[in-house]
Amino acid sequence: MHILAFLIRRAVQAVIVMLVISVIGFSIQDNLGDPLRELVGQSVSEEERDALREEMGLNDPFLVQYVRFLGNAVQGDLGTSYFFKRPAVDVIMDKFPATFELVIGAVFIFLSLSIPAGIYCAINRDSWLTRIIMTGSIVGISIPVFLTAIAAVWLFGVELGWLPAFGRGDTVELPWGWETGFLTLDGLSHLILPSITLSSIMLPLFIRLIRAEMLEAMSTDYVRFARAKGLSQRRVRYVHAFRNTLLPVVTVGGLMIGTLIAYTILTETVFQWPGMGFLFLEAVNRVDTPLIIAYIIVVGLIFVIVNTIVDFVYTLINPMVKLPGAKG
Amino acid sequence: MAMLEVRDLHVAFPQGKRNEVEALRGVNLTLEKGERLGVVGESGAGKSMLAFAILNLIAEPGRVSHGEVMFHGENLLDLSERDIRGIRGNRISMIFQDPMVTLNPVLTIGTQMMETLKAHRNISDADARKLCIAKLKQVAIPSAESRLAAYPHELSGGLRQRVVIAIALLTDPEVIIADEPTTALDVTIQAEIMALILKLCRENDVALILITHDLGVVAEVTERIMIMYAGLCVEDGPTKRIIEAPSHPYSDGLLRALPQHAGRGTKLYQIPGSMPPITALPPGCAYHPRCARATAECKRTIPPLENGVACFHPLDQDEAAS
Amino acid sequence: MISFSAFLKRFLSDPVAIGAGVVLLILVLMAVLAPIIAPQNPYDLMQLSIMDSEMPPAWHPGGDDRFLLGTDAQGRGVLSTIMYGTGISLLIGLGAVIVQGMLGITLGLIAGYKGGWIDSFLMRLADIQLSLSTLMMAIIALALFNAAFDANTYADYAIIMLILVIGVAEWPKFARTVRSSVLGEKKKEYVDAARVIGLPPRKIMWGHILPNTLTPVLVISTIQVAEAIMIEASLSFLGLGMPTDRPSLGSLIRSGFEFIFSGSWWITLYPAIVLVVLILALNLLGDWLRDVLNPKLRRGED
Repeated sequence: MHILAFLIRRAVQAVIVMLVISVIGFSIQDNLGDPLRELVGQSVSEEERDALREEMGLNDPFLVQYVRFLGNAVQGDLGTSYFFKRPAVDVIMDKFPATFELVIGAVFIFLSLSIPAGIYCAINRDSWLTRIIMTGSIVGISIPVFLTAIAAVWLFGVELGWLPAFGRGDTVELPWGWETGFLTLDGLSHLILPSITLSSIMLPLFIRLIRAEMLEAMSTDYVRFARAKGLSQRRVRYVHAFRNTLLPVVTVGGLMIGTLIAYTILTETVFQWPGMGFLFLEAVNRVDTPLIIAYIIVVGLIFVIVNTIVDFVYTLINPMVKLPGAKG
Repeated sequence: MAMLEVRDLHVAFPQGKRNEVEALRGVNLTLEKGERLGVVGESGAGKSMLAFAILNLIAEPGRVSHGEVMFHGENLLDLSERDIRGIRGNRISMIFQDPMVTLNPVLTIGTQMMETLKAHRNISDADARKLCIAKLKQVAIPSAESRLAAYPHELSGGLRQRVVIAIALLTDPEVIIADEPTTALDVTIQAEIMALILKLCRENDVALILITHDLGVVAEVTERIMIMYAGLCVEDGPTKRIIEAPSHPYSDGLLRALPQHAGRGTKLYQIPGSMPPITALPPGCAYHPRCARATAECKRTIPPLENGVACFHPLDQDEAAS
Repeated sequence: MISFSAFLKRFLSDPVAIGAGVVLLILVLMAVLAPIIAPQNPYDLMQLSIMDSEMPPAWHPGGDDRFLLGTDAQGRGVLSTIMYGTGISLLIGLGAVIVQGMLGITLGLIAGYKGGWIDSFLMRLADIQLSLSTLMMAIIALALFNAAFDANTYADYAIIMLILVIGVAEWPKFARTVRSSVLGEKKKEYVDAARVIGLPPRKIMWGHILPNTLTPVLVISTIQVAEAIMIEASLSFLGLGMPTDRPSLGSLIRSGFEFIFSGSWWITLYPAIVLVVLILALNLLGDWLRDVLNPKLRRGED
């Protein structure tokens, strides 16, 4: 497939998904809460309200209003948060770094553990450690992430008091306005429990996936042929077998993004991590419609972007999808 | 002493928790330098098992339960993993059945060739590259230089099998074991690939073990034939002798089943019944349920391999495949 | 496929399967019989007394024999709320899987049998929906539901909403499974035969193909119930699921969470244990079923 065709196809798909999400966002705005009441309160007379309604375009046909909504959205204007009295997008973006760093921490943990563990379990199929890991993984799959979070807070945060269990700790503001917890010891120590918790649910899934794919690759003819060529065990395992497990792992990883974002909401709630998920739940409880819409649209955007990147990576590491410039 | 000698080889697979079944039940084989041997039998007879057992590559949970594989007087089955790697792909190479799945889809042809050389030779990248291109030219692959950067899926099945042959020849091995090297290919190019293997073996004085179910191919390529049935060798001898006058009723049946033996308009012969699976072998000669010559003795005792045939009632010269 | 007696024999020779089966049976019985065997009816306000609130389990100092596992902040016996709560969790789990099954099997059959653009459209939709993740869609749907209605209306419809939302969000898993078995079955001779004798497609699909796809459906159903219960618990924990006066296991954990730090750990711990054991038993049974019935199906593929 040609790379340009690929990019165009992906871009069209992304736009369609975003359009669908924006329609959902707009219908919420249209049906949930009365923007007028939030703006002017109860004391204004009915005539004045009607006039305001007309002025704000709330009496226009659905399509006209939607196009206006879309036009504003494209310019990054998704309305003003009722509670914070600030543009909803700004409020969300303030919280974005916290969620992003939590996810990075979790991804780092589960990738660095699941790959060696998955390979180990595939190679040593019957060892006692494999049995422990595999049993542990099915137990791990069965523990909801919020229970892991509660257990972590209770054990390490409260009973043992080893690690901070609430909030983000000290952060440093980077020149472009990004609040990072990576640069302070306090920030990093606050990151440990939430990111372990968030990774705990993905870890068993990935161990099982990598093990299964690795087992399959190791039983293929090309791995047998590699052995018959007299290659070292390491080369057979890591170059021939493992390379072939990367494709399905990337695919499934891409499918997990939505789940990961959903789990950030649970994790952030328990650890009171000041990220987008925590903010979203607060917005739901306050019926802060513009903020709810902004969250849905920003998350949709993140999802579309990450998915496109994953697809792109897939085409890069999959030689079956040919890019221009490759010989052959 | 022969260059390669397999003695009383048994390969067993676990069945259930305690039992084992044997896929090879005591196979002997000798191969001289530069000799071409055909191993013939139906699928399931244990031909491929024999090939993999020679290089100690039986897939888990199977294992070689008994026997020796003597190569230049050294038992390959006793070698350490490290030492046998020095034999595999270096002094004894293999060609697999289906080129569509033999080459790793995510590695280039070049990588898969160079790594073989690098595993066995202390050679610079540039020299290795040169050698790879030379071998690709030997197997008649057009524009060999540019193929090194190609991935397997960019080549046709025939070209891929040529690459596999080139890889097998890279290290100038003494023996090539070819396991049904043309079965998975288009009929139109089967003969071409077979001719190529024959030519290269002759030119480089490489011994060949050709594993196939096709007696016709073996007749054209090999000097000696070994016929296998249900994990045992039932007949063994010079190709010419067996083709012209087989002794074992099974060999005879295989020959009769060849299309060239059926006259115009007559029905193609077929051996009645089918080979039993290794999990359900009959007592005595495993072939007796399909054999017209079988007697009570055949149902009791496994006939030993004597004078190149394992049968209590071998065919006479004039009876055979007439 | 294996025969029923062989199936039973495999089951009885596997201690893990027996263990999971027994545990599941006990939990189901406990939930079904809750109105009869529970020490109190936690929904009956007349039986509750604020004097009984936050009592530790009976064997702890300050515990009361009436409340084996202690009481929560409203004075409800934890054992009783768990019995009732398990029932609600199971009800939602099963209900959601029935919805998933009906939707997924129908759409999967159509996609697999018809092929063409219907197939591509449905499968593309399934892909997008799967990658958006059920939990995410359920959180958003229920958050909106929560924000749009007042608490009383919400409480009345919570069970139905949870069943519908989890059911609709998870249909792709069934659809994909059914579709791939349909594609396998479609090639077989009996389908051709049915077509040749002029059976209408609907009859072929439901009468001939469907029965042959039931094995994988059975396998994923078990795991899907576990997943649905887990999702329901997560939603309830966030306050988007069952209200605390008709609690599922998740809402019990939510209402106990704030008391952990004041020392009343039992309000959270016991429902949490039951929840994990319930999900684990279902997952173990599902894995076992898959190994026995269809070794080719693997978890993690979708």
